[in-house]
Amino acid sequence: MSGINDFVIKFATVNGSGSASANTMVAKTLFRMGIPVSPKNIFPSNIQGLPTWYEVRVSEAGYLARREGIDLMVAMNPQTYAEDLAEVVTGGWLLYDSSMPRIWPRDDITLLPIPIAQICAKQWKDARQRQLFKNMVYVGALVELLSMDIEVLKGVVGDQLKGKEKLMTANMQAVDLGRDYAREHFQSPLPIRARHAERAKGKIMVTGNEAGGLSAVYAGATVCAWYPITPSTSLAEGFEKHARRMRISKDGKKLYGIVQAEDELAAIGVAIGGAWNGARSFTATSGPGISLMSEFLGLAYFAEIPIVLFNIQRGGPSTGMPTRTGQPDIISCAYASHGDTKHVLLFPSNPTECFSMGAEAFDLAERLQTPVMVMSDLDIGMNDWITDPFEWDDAKAHDRGKVLSAEQLEAFKTVKGQPWGRYQDVDGDAIPYRTLPGTHPTMGAFFTRGTSHDENARYTEDGTIHQRVIDRIRRKFDTAATYVPKPEIDIRDKNVKVGLIYFGANRPAVLEGLDELERAGVRLNAMRLKAFPFNEDVKAFCAAHDQIFVVEQNRDAQMRQLLMTEANVPGTKLIATLSYDGTPMTAAFVRKAVLARLHPEKAAAAE
Amino acid sequence: MSYIAKPSAHHPALPRNALGLTRRDYEGSMSTLCAGCGHDSITAAIIEACFEMDLPAHRIAKVSGIGCSSKAPTYFLSRSHGFNSVHGRMPSVTTGANMANRDLVYIGVSGDGDTASIGLGQFCHVVRRRLNMTYLVMNNGCYGLTKGQFSATNDKNSPSKKGEANPFDAIDLCQMAIQLGAGFVARSFSGDKKQLLPLIQAAISYKGFAFLDVISPCVTFNNHPSSTKSYEYVRMHNMASENKLDYVEPMEEITADYAEGTATNVTLHDGAQLRLYKVDGGHDPRDSDAAIDTIRKNAAKGTVVTGLLYVNEDQVDLHDVLDTDARPLNAVPMSELCPGSKALEGINARLR
Repeated sequence: MSGINDFVIKFATVNGSGSASANTMVAKTLFRMGIPVSPKNIFPSNIQGLPTWYEVRVSEAGYLARREGIDLMVAMNPQTYAEDLAEVVTGGWLLYDSSMPRIWPRDDITLLPIPIAQICAKQWKDARQRQLFKNMVYVGALVELLSMDIEVLKGVVGDQLKGKEKLMTANMQAVDLGRDYAREHFQSPLPIRARHAERAKGKIMVTGNEAGGLSAVYAGATVCAWYPITPSTSLAEGFEKHARRMRISKDGKKLYGIVQAEDELAAIGVAIGGAWNGARSFTATSGPGISLMSEFLGLAYFAEIPIVLFNIQRGGPSTGMPTRTGQPDIISCAYASHGDTKHVLLFPSNPTECFSMGAEAFDLAERLQTPVMVMSDLDIGMNDWITDPFEWDDAKAHDRGKVLSAEQLEAFKTVKGQPWGRYQDVDGDAIPYRTLPGTHPTMGAFFTRGTSHDENARYTEDGTIHQRVIDRIRRKFDTAATYVPKPEIDIRDKNVKVGLIYFGANRPAVLEGLDELERAGVRLNAMRLKAFPFNEDVKAFCAAHDQIFVVEQNRDAQMRQLLMTEANVPGTKLIATLSYDGTPMTAAFVRKAVLARLHPEKAAAAE
Repeated sequence: MSYIAKPSAHHPALPRNALGLTRRDYEGSMSTLCAGCGHDSITAAIIEACFEMDLPAHRIAKVSGIGCSSKAPTYFLSRSHGFNSVHGRMPSVTTGANMANRDLVYIGVSGDGDTASIGLGQFCHVVRRRLNMTYLVMNNGCYGLTKGQFSATNDKNSPSKKGEANPFDAIDLCQMAIQLGAGFVARSFSGDKKQLLPLIQAAISYKGFAFLDVISPCVTFNNHPSSTKSYEYVRMHNMASENKLDYVEPMEEITADYAEGTATNVTLHDGAQLRLYKVDGGHDPRDSDAAIDTIRKNAAKGTVVTGLLYVNEDQVDLHDVLDTDARPLNAVPMSELCPGSKALEGINARLR
């Protein structure tokens, strides 16, 4: 099955050994050769010493889901030799450091022994260099074995070591040593190899967290507060990285403020304070942070304060798997906080959408005056994706929602026919008008509170008023359904009554899986959810299909539950299709799950 | 329903400040705290302070947490925006608000439960951040709204409503604030308007973090078994059920007027004695070690030191630390905040 521009290579290394940057260089070189690649960093919750892996799928066809079955294993970590060996497909290759003699108990694969440690020991005196350049030696061998373009690699190394020319020379020296060794000892290139292609041209290679951080810069966010937590940390760092460059005033001052808070409670508190005061404000976190932020989310919901929260999901429950991916926070985010609460969620499926939906989240939050959560995950957030370039329409103004200026406050009664009140539904869309502190000397002041309040923001214990206000806030959710992005619907066959619903990072696996199913003679219509609340299109798709696979990465079929509760889809037709081992979903998973249900005989034959 | 509006009519001859406003313009809605509550005295002092300083009320933001103290901002400055947030989290909300608009005056109101227990972490970190705000604790040593439990500022061995002595040491918020680097630290007593008023004004004027710990007796729960006005006594003398308190005897506000460098004894509603010592010219408030020493030595004698305890004349705030623009961030136009499509092309190019 594998071949030119179609294979999977995996690097098994030790955390903290410098392998990450070397491995990224391999992926980037292939990408710059125009070939779609999807690197997945599988890392431990550890800084140094534990096993770590880096998988790169290469697919000129553009299938970028994780694929099982490793064609070429670069086995650099004795701790994991046994499992790494087992993962190689029959007919595959295993490259290892043969400085120490070793027996590999498999005869259906080809070994590529290279005495890497010896080569480095001969070349360099310094222990650190000996260690670091080991990585570049195997990169060099791969250049030869996979016929990667050395000039492209040079460019990649040069970009990474900009300003450190000496280091550049030493790195390329290591590459040459590996390359020479491979040339002399193995038959190169291997049948799996790279060739210049066009498919990835014009794309960019970026993580979702960098894209999310950048989206906040473009959305005009000026207040960012966060608490370090994997896998969301790099989002706040991404914001800072780009803001530092692009958000400096003429006199050299910052047009943004970032606070690394003492915990997640403070992080969201800062965001709420900033948003209350009219600055676009956000925070980024992951599962445990959502739990900690829940009380504040209820306040922002009830007091109607527009914040944006990026949730970079990871495996739960509890501390769970901090360095593994998942979609286990759907329910906890949709209903975060005690009492009757409901939140707007967006589901980006790649870094390009982390950028576009991230920016859109700020507009939605201010338009709807409520928290909006961008539901990314570790796979999208921390892995490099080959994705469409970012786009920005300069003609489209930021939607700041219903905020009254001093003049608008004075004219309010004349224009709207009723006096202003913070929580009055004047326009019938359940969205009131807000005022910012400091706007007018005598008008528009009110007391924001999480205690029950009337339409004029005054404290109340009157049950009728309380019910009226929370009913109005619920109606706001109906308005939200008309504003949030519509689902992406793919009708492959009008007559087919079987559908499949998916969202987020599962997109590549589902799209590839659907193609594989189609080749096996099974056609399904698909719908990718982009947001909660569900709009009419979502309900129509569910109504039009008798059997619907709901593909997601959690144990309890949380999106399925949400569809049942919030879109009134009968549970009998929603088939929970779940993968929750912490690794990105594969097309094979989707294909097998669908076949097992629809055509058990085909599924059995395929095994 | 406990929102009670105040009539806005007032005597035409009321004195006016430089803005042409009367004290009434700085008031809020009717207080719903117990009659005689120290918090109401502090509220009155805040109103007076803002009036005298000619502050435009709409340029002030009031932020609070949860508790009796945190309700107080409704009772002053009705022309200011206010934010009654969640328990113990006033500091983070104020931080965000201040980051968004550095030009407003921020008055954070908290209580001893809100600050010294549930909000202790946020308190410490807002001090560290040098946030330009006045952080005022209305400190009564107990939880009022949940009916009289000890707070972390309650003195060790002080008796509870069941007569049990508080077994834990008290947290001294002023000492903590000094140790954590607060620029302005003062302590006062709700009934000492002569001292409290200038301290509030100085705290508001201070650029940086100004902390004011104001001892404010709880008329209802500051109880003592030997006191006829203890929780037990009140419960025995009304017809309410065991766990319900539905009668609170109206009491007079406790006041104290005494000179610098002297001490005075204040009798609280429960009959207990509070000994206050007012620092005089001999105390150098620029010396943080001396300030802590004074607090501790007096505390050992059972005396609470009041006055301006510490001030750092080198006034630094979070915006200086973050190096933010001189304009409020919420006023910077989108055209300056959004880099636009051209810059994005450059970013795309770098990601290829």
